[in-house]
Amino acid sequence: MTAKIRIDALTKRFGEGDRGHLALQEFSLDVAEGEFVCLLGPSGCGKTTVLRIMAGLEQASSGAVVTSPPPPGRPANSMVFQEHGLFPWMTALENAAYGLEMRGVPRREREARALEFLARIGLVKFRSHYPHQLSGGMRQRVSLARAFVNDPDILLMDEPFAALDAQTKLVLQQELLALWEAERKTVVFVTHGIDEALSLGDRIVVMTGAPGRIKQVVPVPFERPRDPASLRADAEFGRLSLEIWHLIEREVQAA
Amino acid sequence: MRGGGMTPATQERLVAIASPLAALLAWQALADGGVLDTRYLPSPWRILLAGEQLARSGDLWAHTRASLYRLAVGFALGAVPGILIGMMMGLNRFLRAALDPLIAATYPIPKIAVLPLLMLVFGIGDGSKIAVVAVSVLLLSAINTMTGVLGIDRVYFDVAKNFRSPPWKLFTRVILPAALPTVFAGLRISLGVALVVLVGAEFVASRAGIGYLIWSSWETLAVEDMFVGIIVITMLGVVTTQVLKECERFFLPWRH
Ligand SMILES: Nc1ncnc2c1ncn2[C@@H]1O[C@H](COP(=O)(O)OP(=O)(O)O)[C@@H](O)[C@H]1O
Ligand SMILES: [Mg+2]
Repeated sequence: MTAKIRIDALTKRFGEGDRGHLALQEFSLDVAEGEFVCLLGPSGCGKTTVLRIMAGLEQASSGAVVTSPPPPGRPANSMVFQEHGLFPWMTALENAAYGLEMRGVPRREREARALEFLARIGLVKFRSHYPHQLSGGMRQRVSLARAFVNDPDILLMDEPFAALDAQTKLVLQQELLALWEAERKTVVFVTHGIDEALSLGDRIVVMTGAPGRIKQVVPVPFERPRDPASLRADAEFGRLSLEIWHLIEREVQAA
Repeated sequence: MRGGGMTPATQERLVAIASPLAALLAWQALADGGVLDTRYLPSPWRILLAGEQLARSGDLWAHTRASLYRLAVGFALGAVPGILIGMMMGLNRFLRAALDPLIAATYPIPKIAVLPLLMLVFGIGDGSKIAVVAVSVLLLSAINTMTGVLGIDRVYFDVAKNFRSPPWKLFTRVILPAALPTVFAGLRISLGVALVVLVGAEFVASRAGIGYLIWSSWETLAVEDMFVGIIVITMLGVVTTQVLKECERFFLPWRH
């Protein structure tokens, strides 16, 4: 497998001198083409910062992110933002079609493509609803739609399900896996949930508390396609879950 | 069921209609009974008759039209450049740094205080009245629009950047709709201020308009006519506010 993303000694410092904050230190990681990698770590350890640098929203202080170029005509990456990332003034359909609109795809075509995707996540009926008229779960589905419809080479997700209740979260994890099985995009998924990381990822990158560094990379052995609900009954799931907890326990206490 | 089978909402609506009616009737009774001094507080019926008289003679419409014209033109001449200036100040920090002191210095001036100055420049006709309304609206719209643009959540800019929004689409699809609620809030405040300023200007420097009607009625002790003027200017305020609300509904469908 070739490395799709090569993160090389990424360091990020916010601010200058004594007042500055070292958010990320010498963070290095290779992500393979089509791989689903989860970044796991305590709050404030720099997960969002890694993602934002990859998305081009933040400049690294040193180090680099090198990505193999996307196939022609497709965007390099699209980000699924934490809650409140949808545009309140756009309907579900307009939000889902936003990336295509920015790329100049004609209205008819982009709405057809967005609608087709909304159908896959059961939101056709809600296409003309505004975000505030949707439930939290529906809103995050539309957020997924906005990124998937844009058809990027790499998907970046920043705790997209963190604000959802446990059941809705599980359902969205299932739906995300189903979508991903169909397209097998390269995914970097940020989470602070151990169960979530184990359910979704091929590998889990466990980070230390600030400044964020890599503590350990844990391969996830479960076969695909996976069902996050039944995985939880797996003895191996419990064992790994505990193992990862021991890895981050001290980091959380220190945070 | 109590209330004759009416829903609570219907009952409340009835009470809401009945109470002002009752107040009017009481007012009428107190005036007729000689309890109120009708030199200052004429009965509703007398005010209605005076209104009819004014309407019949065509004066009422002429005054209303004069005020409405000044209000509409002044509001438009203030709001459009005000919103544009506010947008540019919100988007460009150099422009903001340049214009902020100017606005900070002119905003606290009670606009009616510069009416004489505006009359020197624009004459004693409609021009000065329109100008004083426009100036009031312009400053308020500019300040509110700028506030709206500066208050846009940065996550929307992040999304736009991540999805490679061209600058023009960033403006039309993100900045404009995100700022619009605050822009409209500014317009609503502007409208209230515009009415106050207009009536004030018409009091002292006009031969037409509802403000003039009220003032001249006072001077001739035609108290009924004065009340007609007060009622008409209030209705003007209610109707224009409603028009603005409808515009808001149209431009901000996601808020309703
Ligand atoms: N723009 C910024 N300016 C200053 N400090 C920041 C900024 N963004 C993040 N930080 C700090 O960097 C650290 C890591 O933040 P973040 O990447 O958001 O963590 P996480 O997503 O893991 O919770 C935090 O201490 C945060 O306060
Ligand atoms: Mg974060």
